[in-house]
Amino acid sequence: MLTVLLLLWPVAAALLLHFFKGRAARVPALGAALVEFALAAYAALTFNANNSGQFSFNLNWIPSAGIHFAVGMDGLSLLLVLLTAVLVPVILLSAFRRNFENESVFYALVLFMQTGLVGVFTAQDAFLFYFMWEVALIPIYFLAGVWGGVNRARITFKFFLYTIIGSLFMLAGFVYLYFQTGPTADGLSAHNSALASFYALNLTADTQMWVFWLIFAAFAVKMPIFPFHTWQPDTYTEAPAPATMLLSGIMLKMGIYGCMRWLLPVVPMGVDYWQNLVLILAIIGIIYGAIIAIRQQDVKRLIAYSSLSHVGLMIAGVFSLTQMGLQGASIQMLAHGVNVVGMFFIADAIERRTGTRNIADLGGLTRKAPVLTVCFLVLLLGTVALPLTNGFVGEFLLLGGVYQFNAWMGAIAGVTIILGAVYLLRMFQRVMLGPDSSFTETFTDLTGSELALLVPLIVLVFWIGMFPNTFLHLSEGSVMNILNEVVKR
Amino acid sequence: MNSIILLSVLGLGNLFLGFRRSNRLLLPVMMLILGGILTVNFLDWGSTQSFFNGMLTIDNFSVAFTGIVLLTALVLIPFSQKYVLDGESNLAEYYSLLLFSLVGAIMLVSYNHLLMLFLGIEILSVAMYVLAGSDKRNLRSNEAALKYFLMGAFFTGILLFGMALLYGATGTFVLSEISFAVQNPAPGFESLKPMLYIGMLLMLIGIGFKVSAAPFHFWTPDVYEGTPTFFAAFMSTIVKTAGFAAFLKLLVQAFPAANAQGIWLPTLTAMCVLTLLIGNVGAVAQTSIKRMLAYSSISHAGYLLIALVAYNGQLEGASANGILFYSLAYSVATVAAFGVVKLVADARQREDYNGLNGLAKTNPLLAFSLTVSMLSLAGIPLTGGFFGKFFVFSAAVENGYIGLVVFAVVMSMVSIYYYLRPIIAMYMRDTDAETAEAVPVTTFQAGALLLLAALTVLLGILPGLVAGAL
Repeated sequence: MLTVLLLLWPVAAALLLHFFKGRAARVPALGAALVEFALAAYAALTFNANNSGQFSFNLNWIPSAGIHFAVGMDGLSLLLVLLTAVLVPVILLSAFRRNFENESVFYALVLFMQTGLVGVFTAQDAFLFYFMWEVALIPIYFLAGVWGGVNRARITFKFFLYTIIGSLFMLAGFVYLYFQTGPTADGLSAHNSALASFYALNLTADTQMWVFWLIFAAFAVKMPIFPFHTWQPDTYTEAPAPATMLLSGIMLKMGIYGCMRWLLPVVPMGVDYWQNLVLILAIIGIIYGAIIAIRQQDVKRLIAYSSLSHVGLMIAGVFSLTQMGLQGASIQMLAHGVNVVGMFFIADAIERRTGTRNIADLGGLTRKAPVLTVCFLVLLLGTVALPLTNGFVGEFLLLGGVYQFNAWMGAIAGVTIILGAVYLLRMFQRVMLGPDSSFTETFTDLTGSELALLVPLIVLVFWIGMFPNTFLHLSEGSVMNILNEVVKR
Repeated sequence: MNSIILLSVLGLGNLFLGFRRSNRLLLPVMMLILGGILTVNFLDWGSTQSFFNGMLTIDNFSVAFTGIVLLTALVLIPFSQKYVLDGESNLAEYYSLLLFSLVGAIMLVSYNHLLMLFLGIEILSVAMYVLAGSDKRNLRSNEAALKYFLMGAFFTGILLFGMALLYGATGTFVLSEISFAVQNPAPGFESLKPMLYIGMLLMLIGIGFKVSAAPFHFWTPDVYEGTPTFFAAFMSTIVKTAGFAAFLKLLVQAFPAANAQGIWLPTLTAMCVLTLLIGNVGAVAQTSIKRMLAYSSISHAGYLLIALVAYNGQLEGASANGILFYSLAYSVATVAAFGVVKLVADARQREDYNGLNGLAKTNPLLAFSLTVSMLSLAGIPLTGGFFGKFFVFSAAVENGYIGLVVFAVVMSMVSIYYYLRPIIAMYMRDTDAETAEAVPVTTFQAGALLLLAALTVLLGILPGLVAGAL
């Protein structure tokens, strides 16, 4: 029941937000997001890490087709629900700094999207999963398209087309699997779409080989994995900062989560067959993203390519099919979410003050804004994976997982840490140190509310970095279950 | 049956309001009439009745489709308010023609005898021919009416010829008897087979024209463009819903036999592929929204044809449910789309995409409503259109037509391109001098649009309300 509450509350709040016009919507929106956070925190506190599948709820949704509104959380779901619940208030708060038209609609869309995200992370039924997957897509399309930059119409259109075509392939895959399942328990329908039934399917290796691509298409676009990534840098750059944070902080985790929950255990033989190819693509993405990031002049674009590179490592970890790799991916999803949202926030803070995102135009911010510099440095070092920060735990486990699968691949993927340090520290040096530029003369330090937003993120950077077990402990059982399903066949 | 009688009587009665020239009274009266008949219609739910020596059968199938047809008409009426305000002198006659055409639609969904099929099609079509030309002073409207009438008459001839050949081959007009004659060939039937098959194909062509399935679709864009938007909406929803119900009945009840299937199934599949291709690719190239909606209407005929191809031998099953749900979702979304396009076109005198620029700023309600309907037509979750496609596709997958479904999925990817264009225009482009002013919307119209959006979302969240009704 708690899961249902987590799902319904944001959408209900989004509808209620209609009664607040313009700026008046800010506080209620943030309040709603904090209530959601409290619910998620309550779920985390009462969660029993030794059991799988909790807070379950099952309702016959479309009886004639055997489709259920089935939701529930295991450790992995819980981690991502927590991530969503932490980041959404932060993202809403970051929007407070801007003045734009129809603010109430903006906040309502963010809350609406939260329902979709929580739904994706908790769905236990294939059609509910697909449904929620798209529910999360529609608001972000409008968030990026209506409040975005100059080229927003063209670029968000490309984004929408890419993702929806990926999703349609996934739907086709789910429909195929659906017809392989048996009748529902109550006998009302000849087939059912429950997660458990999908796990129990006995598909031949040949079938799994092509079903793999149907399902993987959606995840590959959303994460995105090389070469399906071409929408990503443009969209990240063109979307308004809060939408970019939603996209990079939470939405790309939908793809990784989807792989872990709906791909590996459902078509393990297909995964086995394509494992090497996906790993190679992931590693190409890691190197390619990093190299392009080095050449970027636009702060937002640089972070976008760095995100592409980091996602590559998470994909590689997942497809290493090792306990270490999957655990690394689950913790790195949290770490990356925290870091990338923080980085984009700071990029946005700089852009708001100076009117530019061009690295060459900036410089000397340290003297003007010491607090901002410290925050930026912490998040940056987290991204670079300095020990004791959140990035280290994740990347260590991920690289370990890939190394276990293939030492060469592990070694090449490890280059990401070096290249990451190269482009991020270069950016830091050019933006924060060096001589002042004409753009940064009147630069001011972070305000109280901006700091209030960054402090939780920084706490998380160190918390995950120093006590990773709080979180690793939660996902351990789920990851074991997933791997058991994979090995079983 | 109640609905046929009531519609005919009230249609006649309605003409008297026309004599009194009391246009302001017409709109509420029409809404009341249709609302009342919609309620009365469902009194027949659950019972099977037969009329005119079994020529018409009222069962759940016909009640359900009648419900869709009446509901569509009911929510369409508010968009004719401009005619009321402009003091259109023949309004009562138009409304009466609409009521009579509904009688034709209901006959189409409940016939048992080919004569009734023919009568239904003619009652529906003749009214539409007139209404297509109702904008008398507009040359394009005249052209549309003439084109529709000439083509329609031609294809009626083909349909009738097909029926005659069928009669020649089987000696009966009754669906079940045709089926019996085909399955239990009498002595000498072999030599009559070519006649039967040609008759079948000619009937396919005749009905294919009415539902604008390719390659008999060519009239659709021109006629829709010329026809006043209000009546074009009528054509693309009610005629299509009734047409497909009639189509399904014909295939299921007259030609379920294997040897008949061998002829019409490949034909229908080819028509389906062609319709999907022409509808979707054609829509991409359009600059006028009305023409885009016309091609979109062709493409939706293609999706509905999939359900026909995938039928599994019973009238009440996955296919019928698929068609029912799809027609409902499609009609609801299409009425909203045509409604908004009409309101915008009336106010801004433009029917191209740029006419919608910045509508989200001037008229949030219109923009929201059109967005919901576009997303539904594109088949995106949270809307009825998604489950419509889902039910149709899964009926086809269940019966092994995977290739066809894959093709349809690819085509619906194409469709996203043109369904997003109005959304982009409304939300992501700024207003210009011509589109800066808000479009006037009356309370009736706002209410209808809200109702349609709510219905679309409701169907998208709780499809179980309608799915599996048959």
